[in-house]
Amino acid sequence: MSEYTERLLSSPSHKDKSDRLRIVWLIVIPLIAILFQVYVPRFVSFLSYLELPLLITVHFALGRRGPIASVFYGMSIGLVQDSLSHQPIGMFGIVKTLVGYFAASVSQRFDVDNPIVTFILSFFFYFFHQFFYWVLARALLGEAMIFDPQQTLLFGLLNAAVALPLFHILDKLKVAA
Amino acid sequence: MDFFLSRYRNLTVLLIVIVAQLLLIAYQVKSNKDVALIRVWAVTAVTPVEQGLELVRHYTWGFVEDYFVLLHVRSQNDKLQHENGQLKIENHYLKSELATADRAQALSVFQAHSPSKTVAARVIGNGTGANSKVVFIDRGSTSGIESGMAVVTPDGIVGKVVDAYPMASLVMLATDPTFAAGVISQKNRVRGTLKGLGQTKCLVDYAQNEEKVDEGEWFYTSGDDRIFPRGFPVGQVTSVHNGKTFKEIYLVPSGMQGGVEEVLIMLEGQHLQIPDSETATPGYKILPAPTEAAGQIPEPTGQQPSVLSTDADRLREQYRQSGEAQHKPFGEGFVAPDFTKIQGIRASTPAPARAPQTTTAPPTTSAPQTTSGPQTTSGPQTTTATQPSRDREGAPPPKPGVTATAPAAAAPPKPKPHPTAPILVTDPTDADPDAVPPPAPKTDKPAKPIGNGTPPGNGAPPSRPPSGNQ
Repeated sequence: MSEYTERLLSSPSHKDKSDRLRIVWLIVIPLIAILFQVYVPRFVSFLSYLELPLLITVHFALGRRGPIASVFYGMSIGLVQDSLSHQPIGMFGIVKTLVGYFAASVSQRFDVDNPIVTFILSFFFYFFHQFFYWVLARALLGEAMIFDPQQTLLFGLLNAAVALPLFHILDKLKVAA
Repeated sequence: MDFFLSRYRNLTVLLIVIVAQLLLIAYQVKSNKDVALIRVWAVTAVTPVEQGLELVRHYTWGFVEDYFVLLHVRSQNDKLQHENGQLKIENHYLKSELATADRAQALSVFQAHSPSKTVAARVIGNGTGANSKVVFIDRGSTSGIESGMAVVTPDGIVGKVVDAYPMASLVMLATDPTFAAGVISQKNRVRGTLKGLGQTKCLVDYAQNEEKVDEGEWFYTSGDDRIFPRGFPVGQVTSVHNGKTFKEIYLVPSGMQGGVEEVLIMLEGQHLQIPDSETATPGYKILPAPTEAAGQIPEPTGQQPSVLSTDADRLREQYRQSGEAQHKPFGEGFVAPDFTKIQGIRASTPAPARAPQTTTAPPTTSAPQTTSGPQTTSGPQTTTATQPSRDREGAPPPKPGVTATAPAAAAPPKPKPHPTAPILVTDPTDADPDAVPPPAPKTDKPAKPIGNGTPPGNGAPPSRPPSGNQ
């Protein structure tokens, strides 16, 4: 490596620009996912089964491989979701915090670039998300929510199927950024 | 402690975050308060984007949607125009059907409330002839229709049946020039003869100039012609003025206003009372309204004919007596009695089939009918032939092919004897052209002919309806 190239790689302007783009993407993509969840089902009702914020959280956690960052990332997305819902703030925050933490922990032990692993993890975290939200709603809020395992499993499969191309697109965007 | 935090840093952060959120939830649930700050931030961050998306969607997807919609606008417009035309036609058809139903309902209501036995019919066509006012109806002899029956609507008279075929009948309208019917005014009970003029108006003839008829006054059928029952509205006077001898009263038949489509044929007519007008013209002694049943027609009794009987009744009674004397019942069998043996009847040479039917010769091919009096075989044409002329100064020349205006056609050239009673004087020119006015028959009938000269051309001699004020 020459001196010139070493100076280029350590150039602070290039690194700052890349970080700014990454930060923008970290904010914009979850926002798009939340907007998709609150806006698109108005016109295409069957897309309401998609839990894009959860998939974004999982993708971030699997790619970042840092539990603390994933915890805060999941917590932030969850709190925004709570803010746009009628539930007390913190329900989605807790669940997505746990999802982010466990996804980041799992990513340190498995090859998360494998599509099959990605599919299985997406399915598992969707089921975990729905189940844990149901537990919290019953335990903390005392709401008699109905948990349908079959429907949750089916929707988990669908979300996992959507997660594969979505993660691929997000990876491309991350590389471009 | 530092070792613990560095070794379990991730777990510690997770626990702190989870506990913090649990405390947040606990605070919201416990205090029933919301963390407004977080919600405001989130909503403020999301809703503008959402509004922008909605605007973009509205102006993009809506435009695309409108574009694809407009692609089919032309074809849809053509389709809608075609559909609109069909609906207009259907609407017009339904309106006409509704109007027909209304007329039919009015007809049925009138039919149900009328004491007369009637049968409803529909006009199916017009008769031929430029000046002819005849129509065909869809009821014929199979429905009990016969010639001479009255045709009315709830609004008034329409005409009469002149020919009855098995499945249809020919109806002469009241506006036909050869139509005539006995009428009487509502206020002053002025009698006259309704004549068609071939126009929309009709003339009420033979009403003396001295009698009072007002414009707007209603005329009703008098029942004298024995075709139309008494009391049916005829029409309202549109103009009236004095003529040379008689008033010239014009009216529009009320039963034909608005066209004739559905009619009623009177199988058995029942006389009705003429509704009283509110004010009658003073100067006349007006008797009270008739109280007897309007439908009762007095029958002549034996040798003493009733005062209310007509010349035709008396003549028929004489025919009947003559038939009994000759053992040939009147009106039965195929051999008619020799009516020339009746005293008082003018003897003549054997009359031809189309001889005058009035007073000089009895009918030769058909017996006189109750409703139409002595007739020849000419059928409805006798109506035309026997109508009196308005000009009593001289008789009009006889029409070719028409009977009954000149009795000399079949009579010998010798001077015609003056008729003796009983005699049916139906036409002044027929009785004695030399005598003006015609001599009064030597009967007990009043000097003024009952029915005020209702022409027997309607098929019947004038008869006096059972009314006491005439």
